[in-house]
Amino acid sequence: MSKTHVSAIVNGDPAEFLTEPGRTLLDALRDDLGLTGAKEGCGSGDCGACSVILDGRLVCACLVLATEAEGKRVETIEGMAEGGVLHPLQQKFLEHAALQCGFCTPGLLVAAKALLAANPDPSESEARYWLAGNLCRCTGYDKVIRAVMDAAAEMRQAKVTA
Amino acid sequence: MAPAQYYAPSTAEDAVRALAAAGARALAGGTDLIVQMKSGRVRPEAVVDLKHVPGLVGIWRDGEAFVIGAATPGAELGEHAGLTAAWPGVTEAACLIGSTQIQGRASMGGNLCNASPAADSVPALMAARASCVIFGPEGRREAPVETIPAGPGRTSLAPGEFVLEIRLPPRPPRSSDAYLRSIPRTEMDIAIVGAGANLTLDATGVITGARVALGAVAPTVVLVDTEVLVGAKLDEAALQRLDAAARAVCRPIGDKRGTVEYRTKIAGVLARRAASIAYERALKSA
Repeated sequence: MSKTHVSAIVNGDPAEFLTEPGRTLLDALRDDLGLTGAKEGCGSGDCGACSVILDGRLVCACLVLATEAEGKRVETIEGMAEGGVLHPLQQKFLEHAALQCGFCTPGLLVAAKALLAANPDPSESEARYWLAGNLCRCTGYDKVIRAVMDAAAEMRQAKVTA
Repeated sequence: MAPAQYYAPSTAEDAVRALAAAGARALAGGTDLIVQMKSGRVRPEAVVDLKHVPGLVGIWRDGEAFVIGAATPGAELGEHAGLTAAWPGVTEAACLIGSTQIQGRASMGGNLCNASPAADSVPALMAARASCVIFGPEGRREAPVETIPAGPGRTSLAPGEFVLEIRLPPRPPRSSDAYLRSIPRTEMDIAIVGAGANLTLDATGVITGARVALGAVAPTVVLVDTEVLVGAKLDEAALQRLDAAARAVCRPIGDKRGTVEYRTKIAGVLARRAASIAYERALKSA
């Protein structure tokens, strides 16, 4: 079985790996690049725990072949904090205790980041529909939604005062 | 889950060559194919990623017609203001498929060629009289979308053929469409029934053209006899005729998600509701 060389930009930095044809981007991120933030929950695109942003689009990394990442920009949870400073969404998830076991949290954060990039002022209903593909099996969604809405408000405020 | 080869051809001709080989499967958004590969339901020898073939990704106009590259993610349809204004039913069907993450990948071409009876975009595309451009060993041909699915999981495409683009016809004035589906929960589920309706009205609100298609109620998406609507306004009597015509074409399975009786009844209800939404939109578009 031939291996393919893949070059991508992961969290702003060039990254390279060798992969077999059937492997997923999630496997490459976790096993080859050591980026274990994206989780494998269902492996079938139902749970969103592996959410990453691929060329600006929110996708499930478990449903992307690693070879498809050639030449693309991949954003994962590891790229969300800047230096030691948490992203406002991460900070609000902590403040609102919007997590329990934490398995779904990287996916929810990446998905919420994509939401606020597309729509900086979502209604609660829009936020709930956008995040419908991210399943949490312990905390439930109320605290998550509160954290997202609070972070959105703070980010809008920061933009006004900037 | 381990095909021997991955190809990402950059021309339609190379894609045809790769797809003509035994055991090759076309990859668009992968939201069906990769799931099926993981479960072992399909074991392709080679995966042929079509997204680098020119024209496979994007939305553009060809004269009065809209053209959608077959591998364009559904999210791009929803973000396209011109397409959504002209074909709100088509874009709302595309944006109902799976989650935000799935919509970032899942395509019209994939939804069509996966050939699920419950595919959400297919009733909307059939109601829209969409056609698809197919590229294959014999060159290019155009066919109505309804000729592609042959049964659950089967298409009429010949070896080496793939869908290049979906074409929506020019829109007469006072035309619009709508898509509705019934699922057991509020998001992220597969249709028990899906209904696409597309209407054209005259200046007085009389229906001059109508197409209604139903998903998940037969082995393939089916068209409803909409002669019962033409020449009338969409009044209660017309809606009742449509309801009966919709129920008449249903040949659904019965399973834990919906009995035969339930799916049949809901098909009539959704056909009426989708037609009512399309009618209101068409009146407003005048």
